[in-house]
Amino acid sequence: MLTFIGLGLFDESDISLKGLEAIRNAELVYAEFYTSSLMGTDLEKMEKLYGKKIRMLSREDVEQQPDWINEAREKDIVFLTGGDSMVSTTHVDLRLRAKELGIETRLIHGASITSAVAGLSGLQNYRFGKSISVPHPYRSRRDVLVITEAPYDTIKLNSELGLHTIVFLDIDKDKGYMTVNRALELLLYVEKQRGEGVMENKIVVGIARAGSEKPLVKAGYAEKLKDFDFGAPLHILVIPGKLHFIEAEALVKLAGGPEELLEDLSQ
Amino acid sequence: MVERVTSLMTNPEKIRNIGIVAHIDHGKTTLSDNLLAGAGMISTELAGRQLFMDSDEEEQARGITIDSSNVSMVHTYGDDDFLINLIDTPGHVDFGGDVTRAMRAVDGAVVVVDAVEGTMPQTETVLRQALREHVKPVLFVNKVDRLINELQVDSQEMQVRLGKVIDHVNKLIKSMNEERYKAGWKVDAANGTVAFGSALYNWAISVPMMQKTGISFGDIYDRCRAEDMKFLGEKCPLHEAVLDMVIRHLPNPLEAQKNRVKTIWHGDENSAIGKSMAKADADGDLAFMVTDISMDPHAGEVATGRLFSGSFTRGMEVYTSGSAKKSRVQQVGIFMGPERLEVERIPAGNIAAVTGLKEAIVGSTITTLSDMIPFESIRHVSEPVVTVAVEAKHTKDLPKLVEVLRQVAKEDPTLQITLDEETGEHLMAGMGELHLEVIAHRIERDKNVEITTSKPIVVYRETVKNKIEPVEGKSPNRHNRFYIYVEPLSSEIVELIKSGDISMRMPELERREKLIEAGMGKDEAKAITAIYGTNVFLDMTRGIQYLNETMELVIDGFEEVMKAGPLSREPVSNVKAVLVDAKLHEDTIHRGPAQVIPAARQAIQAGMLLAEDSLLEPYQKVFVQVPQLNMGGATKEMQGRRGVILNMTTEGDLAIIECRVPVAEMFGFAGEIRSATEGRAMWSTEFGGFDIVPTGLLTDIVAKIRERKGLKKDLPRPTDFIGL
Ligand SMILES: Nc1nc2c(ncn2[C@@H]2O[C@H](COP(=O)(O)OP(=O)(O)OP(=O)(O)O)[C@@H](O)[C@H]2O)c(=O)[nH]1
Ligand SMILES: [Mg+2]
Repeated sequence: MLTFIGLGLFDESDISLKGLEAIRNAELVYAEFYTSSLMGTDLEKMEKLYGKKIRMLSREDVEQQPDWINEAREKDIVFLTGGDSMVSTTHVDLRLRAKELGIETRLIHGASITSAVAGLSGLQNYRFGKSISVPHPYRSRRDVLVITEAPYDTIKLNSELGLHTIVFLDIDKDKGYMTVNRALELLLYVEKQRGEGVMENKIVVGIARAGSEKPLVKAGYAEKLKDFDFGAPLHILVIPGKLHFIEAEALVKLAGGPEELLEDLSQ
Repeated sequence: MVERVTSLMTNPEKIRNIGIVAHIDHGKTTLSDNLLAGAGMISTELAGRQLFMDSDEEEQARGITIDSSNVSMVHTYGDDDFLINLIDTPGHVDFGGDVTRAMRAVDGAVVVVDAVEGTMPQTETVLRQALREHVKPVLFVNKVDRLINELQVDSQEMQVRLGKVIDHVNKLIKSMNEERYKAGWKVDAANGTVAFGSALYNWAISVPMMQKTGISFGDIYDRCRAEDMKFLGEKCPLHEAVLDMVIRHLPNPLEAQKNRVKTIWHGDENSAIGKSMAKADADGDLAFMVTDISMDPHAGEVATGRLFSGSFTRGMEVYTSGSAKKSRVQQVGIFMGPERLEVERIPAGNIAAVTGLKEAIVGSTITTLSDMIPFESIRHVSEPVVTVAVEAKHTKDLPKLVEVLRQVAKEDPTLQITLDEETGEHLMAGMGELHLEVIAHRIERDKNVEITTSKPIVVYRETVKNKIEPVEGKSPNRHNRFYIYVEPLSSEIVELIKSGDISMRMPELERREKLIEAGMGKDEAKAITAIYGTNVFLDMTRGIQYLNETMELVIDGFEEVMKAGPLSREPVSNVKAVLVDAKLHEDTIHRGPAQVIPAARQAIQAGMLLAEDSLLEPYQKVFVQVPQLNMGGATKEMQGRRGVILNMTTEGDLAIIECRVPVAEMFGFAGEIRSATEGRAMWSTEFGGFDIVPTGLLTDIVAKIRERKGLKKDLPRPTDFIGL
């Protein structure tokens, strides 16, 4: 049996009781933290709470050589990830591989950043469109700097339908955490190249350290928030589409957004 | 003298930038020395026999030139003074890279040919290098004294022989560039583009000199026969005959740049910088090409090269191609005699030597513009054929060794330094055993790092024999797929790349036309996205969303394979890789470098193995002159080394054998040929290109390479790279 356990958002105590029990009963505990990591804790604290040794998996172990799942034919093994294992990660692939090998799988959910985003910003869950990520720019061997336009396209598409966009921010083991500031800079750079007005005078919401004691939520114009200090990682960015008046009120009152958001709606 | 030099350098009409080129030992350095002495830049005692310009002890010990030398001199012609910037180049094939680079700096060349030996393989090579750079040749037939006194030919025979040399040189020029040949680059004794003489005894004659001095061929013959070199040296001084010829027939920078810029720079001719270079405008933006880097004990790194546009002044800030950082020019110098002379300002058209260009390597373009298209890179005709592994004798020297290797690679672009990632060894690949020996020696002597070097190993290349169906490469997360096939690249296209006739820098339309002309289909010509070595990558897909922003990653994967092929991790040559389809994840995060690079790489690696990945090995052309009596021993020696005899001719009792031998079989040749011919063979070699390793030897050679590199000994299979 292979059990996927989502650990939730921030520290070791975000896990569900059901999840904790599953770990304690497991014969082997694996984890990956390259897709998202729990900023409020470390391996030692987790092992102490769970009472189990955790084997860390690299991207290669998960994507290229997931030989370790073979052990689940005979043993009860659990696989831990941040957030919810099936939401913003791509682990469905692992589940499919397990299925092919005749291994039974089970999911134990954790709080996902997507629900936290809706909760913290006051934007309604059902009004979100496709999500997208902003990765670090890539400098090739030939010295060409590649800045992706995919986020810009996705935001544009969602906006046209009046939908909000969650923008995931890159976690790179060499280049570090993408910040709200840098992501906005990159989006505004693409805006300048393309000039289609998608990011022009755009209200955006930056969220830092969701799931912690003191998450930071700040709404404002992209141009301004670009220079706003969001503090330590992890960050995430939301680009609201057309606002319902409750959503507008939430952005102003809960996320320090500009008052004119309310006026816009009353006209 | 200082004033004469500095005032001449601001007057391009009074400047000649020339190179002295020839086959090994034909007398370039003796000539250059005596020109310097004749112009009063060094004393007569220093010149000639002592080879003043071969100042390095290694050069003295081996009796050959290793590094080019830059010198300048003032020569009076008619009523005017002229500044001659001269580069003496080495003749040994291993140092041919110096010739190629020097040709970028100059506008004209004095081709020296030994009257006794006649034109030799390197004569042909250096002529080709000159013509390729749009450098005009004149001819100096040297060692006429030997013809007369050692070979004891009569006056008639002498003229016949000299005539033959001229004819042969012309045949070469014509075959290399008929258009230039017809446009006046044919050398002709009658019009004064040929001079004859003895560099060693300091005399020379040409038709204009005969007219000027009233001395005839007959007089020369008689005086030389009588060993009256003093008379000849006084009546027909070498420097006068040769430098008069240079001034009359080789172009000044203004004339030269008008035509040369097109050949060496592929930017827009009508742009401001294009126009400024064409007229050597001293007030334009700076455009300087570095052709030589050397270490000066006092000034540090000195970059020498040709200034095509603008002026150098101390303290100015400049860009170096390939680097975003600016550098500040420190010293600005030109050559006066053999010395570097610091000046305030050097205008376009000169050969300049400057310090402070921290980012520069040989071949860099230095400019005041932030976005200038760089000069075409300087392509050397030969490629590295042997490699040694270099280690520091004392482990504490390792960091220093790394630094030193970087420095020597910067100074000598024909040297390739790589870090073998499997073994952690530093590999140094060069033109030949001598080349590597000299570099290794200098690392110890000049850079004070004691090293050990391995026995030389041959450099191989990987290439494919067949065309295959597209192979699917999947990204590790399985969300992206690339469909790529490979096939051999046609030799016509390979030639275009090697000669520098096409590059990714040139305007697309121009490149496309050249490719189509060389036989590539129009769609393919349009699809070229990258050139790496002599390999190309084509994107034949249409309208796949986000493929354009993923392409750089695909090309990184392609380049990784071209740097080290799947069979033996040797560099890849002559391969065409074609992307025909791709499936991409919408979110960039799932198609990042960690996903796309391996997917593309593995598809190409598997594809190459499926397309019968093989090895190319380097060959040398070997020219042997041997008395007919000893010919048997010589030919047997060649055949025992997998050599193929290409041509055999006789001249008197001498046999001249031309053959092609794999470099792998050439180790120890010098000793063996000596004993096989009782020491009577004279021989020289030249780069002979790459050829497929015979199938019977392939597995063995690959296994040896893999073992040396610490790779799994079993030959790799396509399934090692992709699931089929
Ligand atoms: N008899 C005679 N010997 C000459 C003449 N010119 C050069 N030599 C000799 O030929 C040999 C080679 O001369 P170099 O000037 O070193 O030739 P090089 O072309 O510079 O040689 P590399 O730079 O090694 O290619 C020396 O021994 C010279 O003394 C000449 O005109 N007559
Ligand atoms: Mg020499």
